[in-house]
Amino acid sequence: MEAWIRARVTLALTLFALLFFVSRSSPPRQFVISNAERRIDLSSHIINVHLTLKVENTGTRPASEVVLALTPTEVDHLAMVDALAIKGKQKKTTSVRLEVKPTELPDAPPIDAKYFTIYLADPLNSGESTTLEVLYVFMHFLEPFPAEIAQSESQLVFYHDTALILSPYHIKQQTTFIKTPSTKVESFIRVEPTNRVGTEIKYGPYEDCPPYTISPIHVHFENNSPFAVVEELVQEIEISHWGNIQVTEHYTLVHAGARHKGVFSRVDYQSRQFSNGASSFRYLLARLPARVHSVYYRDEIGNISSSHLRTNSLKSELEIEPRYPLFGGWKATFVIGYGLPLQDFLFESSDDKRYLNFTFGCPLIGMVVDKLTIKVVLPEGSTDPSPVVPFPVEHRLEAKYSSLDVIGRTVVVLEKKNFVPMHNSHFQVYYTFNPIFMLAEPLMLASAFFMFFVACVAYIHIDLSIRK
Amino acid sequence: MIFYNNPKPKICSNPTMSNSSTSDLLKPFKLKTKQQELLIRVSILCLVYILAFITRLFSVLRYESMIHEFDPYFNYRTTLYLTQHGFYDFWNWFDYESWYPLGRIVGGTLYPGLMVTAALIYRLLHFLRFAVHIREVCVLTAPFFASNTTLVAYFFGKEIWDSGAGLVAAILIAVCPGYISRSVAGSYDNEGVAIFALLFTFYLFVKAVNKGSLAWGLASAFGYFYMVSAWGGYVFIINLIPLYVLVLLITGRYSMRLYVAYNCMYILGMLLAMQIRFVGFQHVQSGEHMAAMGVFFLMQVFYFLDWVKHMLSDTKLFQEFLSITVTCAVAAGGIALGVGVASGYISPWTGRFYSLLDPTYAKDHIPIIASVSEHQPTAWSSFMFDFHILLFLFPAGLYFCFKRLSDATIFIVMYGLTSMYFAGVMVRLILVATPAVCLISAIAVSATVKNLTVLLRSKNKVAQIGSTKGTSSAKASSKASLDQSQPFQKNGAMALLFGAFYLLSRYATHCTWVTSEAYSSPSIVLAARGAHGNRVIFDDYREAYFWLRQNTPPDAKVMSWWDYGYQITAMGNRTVIVDNNTWNNTHIATVGRAMSSYEDEAYEIIRSLDVDYVLVVFGGVTGYSSDDINKFLWMVRIGGGVFPVIKEPDYLVNGEYRVDKGAAPKMLNCLMYKLSYYRFGEMMTEYGKPPGYDRARGVEIGNKDIKLEHLEEAFTTSNWIVRIYKVKPPNNRW
Repeated sequence: MEAWIRARVTLALTLFALLFFVSRSSPPRQFVISNAERRIDLSSHIINVHLTLKVENTGTRPASEVVLALTPTEVDHLAMVDALAIKGKQKKTTSVRLEVKPTELPDAPPIDAKYFTIYLADPLNSGESTTLEVLYVFMHFLEPFPAEIAQSESQLVFYHDTALILSPYHIKQQTTFIKTPSTKVESFIRVEPTNRVGTEIKYGPYEDCPPYTISPIHVHFENNSPFAVVEELVQEIEISHWGNIQVTEHYTLVHAGARHKGVFSRVDYQSRQFSNGASSFRYLLARLPARVHSVYYRDEIGNISSSHLRTNSLKSELEIEPRYPLFGGWKATFVIGYGLPLQDFLFESSDDKRYLNFTFGCPLIGMVVDKLTIKVVLPEGSTDPSPVVPFPVEHRLEAKYSSLDVIGRTVVVLEKKNFVPMHNSHFQVYYTFNPIFMLAEPLMLASAFFMFFVACVAYIHIDLSIRK
Repeated sequence: MIFYNNPKPKICSNPTMSNSSTSDLLKPFKLKTKQQELLIRVSILCLVYILAFITRLFSVLRYESMIHEFDPYFNYRTTLYLTQHGFYDFWNWFDYESWYPLGRIVGGTLYPGLMVTAALIYRLLHFLRFAVHIREVCVLTAPFFASNTTLVAYFFGKEIWDSGAGLVAAILIAVCPGYISRSVAGSYDNEGVAIFALLFTFYLFVKAVNKGSLAWGLASAFGYFYMVSAWGGYVFIINLIPLYVLVLLITGRYSMRLYVAYNCMYILGMLLAMQIRFVGFQHVQSGEHMAAMGVFFLMQVFYFLDWVKHMLSDTKLFQEFLSITVTCAVAAGGIALGVGVASGYISPWTGRFYSLLDPTYAKDHIPIIASVSEHQPTAWSSFMFDFHILLFLFPAGLYFCFKRLSDATIFIVMYGLTSMYFAGVMVRLILVATPAVCLISAIAVSATVKNLTVLLRSKNKVAQIGSTKGTSSAKASSKASLDQSQPFQKNGAMALLFGAFYLLSRYATHCTWVTSEAYSSPSIVLAARGAHGNRVIFDDYREAYFWLRQNTPPDAKVMSWWDYGYQITAMGNRTVIVDNNTWNNTHIATVGRAMSSYEDEAYEIIRSLDVDYVLVVFGGVTGYSSDDINKFLWMVRIGGGVFPVIKEPDYLVNGEYRVDKGAAPKMLNCLMYKLSYYRFGEMMTEYGKPPGYDRARGVEIGNKDIKLEHLEEAFTTSNWIVRIYKVKPPNNRW
């Protein structure tokens, strides 16, 4: 009997807990999207999707969490998501950046979907509406078709999406604009009303779409922009308190577009440049900080002689050319290194700590980085390192032995996957350092020379012969 | 000139005589003459040491810190392996990336001295907390050892003549182009350390002979061991030293010192040398080493006879005993040699050794040795280029050596004469002759300058010097005192001194010029002057090798002529069929045959070798003359040497080698021609010339319509220097 009661209590508790959980985190259905406009830019291999949502609270309670839905494939290729709240009337608008977090919703939607929640700064009262701007950046999302092309062919890619925006809310009116890099579009699926003008395809407007309605489309079009992808970038920033910051960047670059097939003919490549190797690329541009010095560009087998450096007081530009033009599937690895003046990047904070303020990013312009590792090598003897990065990264500590190191240097390692240029921002590494450690290495050298000279003097003055 | 400050110790101990003016000058420092002398000598040596290092850095400054040429890439690759995997893995390394499908036992087929040295320097630097890359160590190994060689040259010169000659020798060898050619920064080859080891061994041996001490003999045995571990040229040591001993025996200079030095050096040196796997039992079995063993036994007979002579007082009895013993010894030696050779226990001389003794041998019998440009007989111009004034000073030095004959000078004379002969046989052996030439020339310079200065300074001290006897300088000055009546002798000496100074400064200029112009180019990167005088760099080799490394399957097999084998494995990291370690003639001949066959025949060979890519070097666009078309006749010859189907006359027209319209039909359709000139007929290379104009040979090519059936172009570098073709899989039968 007692056992029976206990079981019932347990069941009741479980049900109660479940109910509580569900009620807490189910999608707040009180929103309706009165107008949605989506602009998809397909001109390079980094896809920017600008989504403008006019959200209206039709529920009874004030709510502050707006949920966005994406398909699992989209989430796999999502590099970043960013949301802004637009306030004010036309022309005098201000935007406020909002927090976006991935969330799990327990109720099973009719379609497999993953969610992001936007946390509004002020809760939206019943009946009120607001405008949200959402930016999605996708990488590796264009599928080359055909997957292998010859030297003289141009690159065609597929873009898969849905004409209707996937959303947990009811959408009253929506339009989607897709911008292709050129007018050469092989095919696209029409979902009427569909209209194509020049480089733009317009889907919609569609009225009154219930939640989770989709309508798959694809666009098959020509995209010859360089699909340059850095598979791995390891950036090492070594701080010397003697006045220099040495940056070394190891790149693994790959052409991620349609694979090159068959012959590579130098005659054709040299003489008919427009019709040949349209999707290949030869030049890369790196934007380096101003006052950069002793720049080098090399790889495992030596210096690569094809590079140009232009400097002015604001920025430096390094134009580099890999050893060979990169066709689809071809790889190149190389290293760029440069020195920077310490005073531009190292500062003292109020609590007697020092901090490095540096750009988190890849200096090569327009480059997607699959895995970015930044290693900040602090001077020997520095303690309590703490990094401050504006977005989530993995971080850990390592030790490194550089020239004349005895106890080794602390290395702060920061790792970020799926990095796109929009991520470029500053980060800081705070640490404590006692300037007396600066003298360790010169003193070691000086004492070594001193010992050597003492040994020489001793050798000259001491007579070691046995016979007199 | 500073040499008169440090004459022989005998004079030096009498400071009032030769150092009055200098001590006036240096009075404020209040140094003793001996200290002054030491200070000057040490500072000169330090400067020479630094000079020898920095004069070899032209290549690093002009280009970059990189490994040069062909063989150094193998050495670099093995050193990298050694530092990454440790010594035992290196020793047991079976390299399946070369000589596919045979592979190569690397540990047993190389001289590890260079790699071990570089790895030790690398370890030491890392132990001292200098975080350097192994490549930098490898690049700078040769200049570092060149600097050490100057020190050895100083001590050697001091041993055979006096410290003045030693200093001159150090300076001469520091900048001598004959040595610089093999020891610039980046030239990471065995010779870089071997010349140091060679000279060091010789120095230690001469020291051992002079002192008669076991310690020096032991030291020379270890020097020999280092030399054996570093370079195949150790054979020169193991033949020259017995020859020298034999000459001493014949000239009646046999002594206990010689006996101790030679026996210690030979026995210990032999045992140590046998530890090197590449040498092993060859040291007691092969024909090249038999002279040393013969002389060793001869020494024992001599010693025995000496002992018997000491025991027997009767000279007549001794004469009879002598004749019997000598006959028996010679007969026993002859029989042993005969039986050894007949039973195969003693291997006969190798082809390389023969080609040294008989310069025409290689041309007739071993084309693969004759095909190497550095194995050609030396032209007079390259003697002049590499030695400059040393060529004239060398005979003068020999004269001085003969004038003051001793055990040491006999050695240097023999070393000089034999190595000069070898230098005449092969271009690369100028390197071995260089230290001897420098040392002998240094004797000439030092002795002449010393005589002249003594003449100049003799005016007031005639009586004093006249009383000193026994040294050459004293003799010279006493002679001068006799000639004092001559009116212009002082002016004449002055003029001669200036002449010597002028010659030496010309030498220094010449050496610097040669180093910077001729010997400091890495040969991987080619530089040319553009139309506006700007420097144009052709980095095609690395472009192609890096392409191979990044964009071909990791197990791809690359077929090329053997010259590029080491570079492909080191820089391209791909398996090659043949490489610069030309140990298997048949394999190379197979590649030569494939290159000189028609495409379908070649395809069968290529398939049988499991080749994925074929690489050719082509200079027709840039005018780069050492490309595969110019090497092609050697491929034909080497291929034809093993496979008689390939006949050299098929590729020639009236004995003439051409690639234009008048070329032989076989030439126009062989694989090498097709791969080199594929689609070249569409290319405009020079203004005002027809398309397909080959700038390296200055002709319009004969076959512009080349179709490839079984291969396809995979990559061609930006200046067309390297062309890589992919081998297509066989067609489906149905």
